[in-house]
Amino acid sequence: MSRVSRGSGGSRGSRGNGGSAGSAGSAVRTLVVWCPDWPVVAAGLSPDHPVAVVGGVGGRVLACSPAARAQGVRRGLRRREAEGRCPGLRTLAADPDGEARAFEVVASALEALSPRLEVLRPGILALPSRGPSRYFGGDHALTARAVALGEGALTGRGRCRVGVADGLFAAVLAARRGVVVEPGGSVAFLAPFPVEALAHAAALGTVAPGELAALAELFARLGLRTLGDVAAVPASQLAGRFGPAGTRVATWCRGLDDRPARPRVPPPDLTVVAELDPPAERVEAAAFVARALAAELGERLVTSGRTCTRVRIEAETEHGETLSRRWRTEGLLLAAALVERTRWQLDGWCNGTGAVRPTGGITVLRLVPEEVRADRGRQLGFWGGATAADERVTRGVARLQGLLGPEAVTVPRPRGGRSPAEQVALVPAHAVAMATGPGPRSPGGVAPWPGRIPPPSPVLLCLVDGDAPPVEVLDATGGAVAVTGRGVTSTAPERVSVAGGPWSEVVAWAGPWPVDERWWEPAARRRRARIQVVTATGQAHLLTLHAGRWTLEATYD
Amino acid sequence: MFATLAGMEVTRPRHVEALREVGERARPVTLAGQQLLPVLTPLEPLLADGGLRRGTTVTVEGAPGATSLALTLGAAASVAGAWVAAVGLPSLGLSAAAELGVALERVVVVTSPPAQAWATVVAALVDAVELVWVGLPRRVAAGDAGRLAARARERGCVLVPLAARGATAGAGWPLAVDVRLVVASPTWAGPVGDGAGRLEARRVEVVATGRGAASRERRVPLWLPGPDGRVEPVDPPVLCRFDPVGRGPVDKEREGGGEATG
Repeated sequence: MSRVSRGSGGSRGSRGNGGSAGSAGSAVRTLVVWCPDWPVVAAGLSPDHPVAVVGGVGGRVLACSPAARAQGVRRGLRRREAEGRCPGLRTLAADPDGEARAFEVVASALEALSPRLEVLRPGILALPSRGPSRYFGGDHALTARAVALGEGALTGRGRCRVGVADGLFAAVLAARRGVVVEPGGSVAFLAPFPVEALAHAAALGTVAPGELAALAELFARLGLRTLGDVAAVPASQLAGRFGPAGTRVATWCRGLDDRPARPRVPPPDLTVVAELDPPAERVEAAAFVARALAAELGERLVTSGRTCTRVRIEAETEHGETLSRRWRTEGLLLAAALVERTRWQLDGWCNGTGAVRPTGGITVLRLVPEEVRADRGRQLGFWGGATAADERVTRGVARLQGLLGPEAVTVPRPRGGRSPAEQVALVPAHAVAMATGPGPRSPGGVAPWPGRIPPPSPVLLCLVDGDAPPVEVLDATGGAVAVTGRGVTSTAPERVSVAGGPWSEVVAWAGPWPVDERWWEPAARRRRARIQVVTATGQAHLLTLHAGRWTLEATYD
Repeated sequence: MFATLAGMEVTRPRHVEALREVGERARPVTLAGQQLLPVLTPLEPLLADGGLRRGTTVTVEGAPGATSLALTLGAAASVAGAWVAAVGLPSLGLSAAAELGVALERVVVVTSPPAQAWATVVAALVDAVELVWVGLPRRVAAGDAGRLAARARERGCVLVPLAARGATAGAGWPLAVDVRLVVASPTWAGPVGDGAGRLEARRVEVVATGRGAASRERRVPLWLPGPDGRVEPVDPPVLCRFDPVGRGPVDKEREGGGEATG
């Protein structure tokens, strides 16, 4: 008995030494709550609409709604293929931060059952259920209560499935089925599952998903088709053939845990508040208070040996307006940086141009650390990785976001397109990792775009179609130049006049490049032709003919 | 004392060498003015130091080609890992910037800052990055410009002000600048007549003037962009491949360019 308990207590250490299969040998009775299709639910969309969340390398489908699944959309499909299978599909970009934040609602509701709960990843959480089960009157009563709490927190936006079993892996699979496995029944419960079910162990976070998929495929080719077959193989042989991952799989298939459940302790309350009396009308006054407040929070963090990676700065005005914004930085939130951020944010509110300018003085200022971690220090990269320049630009961008709003600061990302304006998208800076080193470069997108204007691209664009200046293009006889249905110009352009300006002689021209885009969608169809003209002054323009009107699309400045 | 010095005399070369090496290694800080942002090789003859001196202001003006030249100034620096920013330039073609050699993953863009916060936004970017392309509003107060230039000097950031398109002659940067680049006599190559071909390359002549070391006028003919999209020096073998349109053969075109500027 004592040996068993020592084995489970010291399993962390023994794993570090290579982890023999014999040492992991306990199974904690665990309750798992699983919210199906969490990324879709977190985005706040109804499961009745076909929705897919796309992200990761190459833009694969990460999750989809039941309606989309019914039409053949699956995880791991390319976005285009998913859209092909389900024409009305709405695709969203994955937002891991948002998913985690939304899941906090569910997690805090279930904290009523046990404080030792652990979020495995957004959408799935586990808690050791022996104590709560006895308190609430059995596993079935506990399950019903967990479902009620979880779905109550979601207020009808999504569903929860709850399962109880010995061992975390068995509990994860039980939650997917929504069943309670009787004590001691985990091995029999797991045995009939196909080896592909190992993919669900990715939530346990000890083996990478790719490695799990490779293992499952290899097991199937070796003739081990179910988890029961895998459990029948001696653990030492699995360990010898597949290494640490094999040891873990052997442990899971026997209904045991490969690690002690890591309880999630709610972060200690480090919030600092200051009431301002009289209310601060000027930013400087509020910032002065914020300085003391941030210093206090910084001191609290330092004394507890922690660092804050996300902080919420809240201010209340005398008219009851609450203005709050979250700030996330990579280990930068020391006292000085906190003061800086508070100041920027207040500056942005009180002097900025945003629509949320407060009407009264600020009465309450609150700093709420939302993500607190043990402070392990941070080392800037020597070669590659984050550099001091990256840190400087990250700070600068954060400052501008406080001044202008988060959407105003953008970074360009190449993408495909025919017109020069489509070939680069401007993405809000907070949506991408700024401090990534120079990556692979693909100017103008990767795929071929038939009909696109060949490089060099024009340097000055007229972005909005309605705003583009009209151009008159005349031939030698004074007639307007048109483009025929066959995609050739009716006559050679001889002179042009941009926006009613003086006429200039065309010394050279090229084209046309006809394009017929989105012909399958009557409302968005664009049929146009482009030509390049060079005038006598050396100006080169890109002109577009659309619905019989020439406009200036861009200039080669 | 003297004896010691005399004794040192013998071993001086070795000691001096070693001392110089130690001094070089232990030199505490290089001044902002001594540090250069790299530029693409074809642009090096334009600049007195062979690069952009940090903390300076560089204006780019002239006939068609000014924006391209301004973008090219940031190309080598961004590839080397420096961050660059474009502010107040909503019509900037960033795919053209990528073709001219700018590393887009090192660019921050603030398309249209509000008019009253323009100087604040530019100042924040000067703090954050190493080169800023600034789209100038209709009128820039000399005080604002002076403060921005001083801040750029302090932070070691290169300021590249660009006048708005169609702006009147007086609407540029209101102060004297360190380097002034003027693009002249652009000639396009590519279209071969009757709509065939495409715009391929543009020959320009860039004239650099400025203050201090840059005060000597430098003229450099360039392909901006060259046949492969990058900026290239003009050398006769490349010229022969192109037949600039409407201007006859290449050699005559050269003379024609001279007349146009004269």
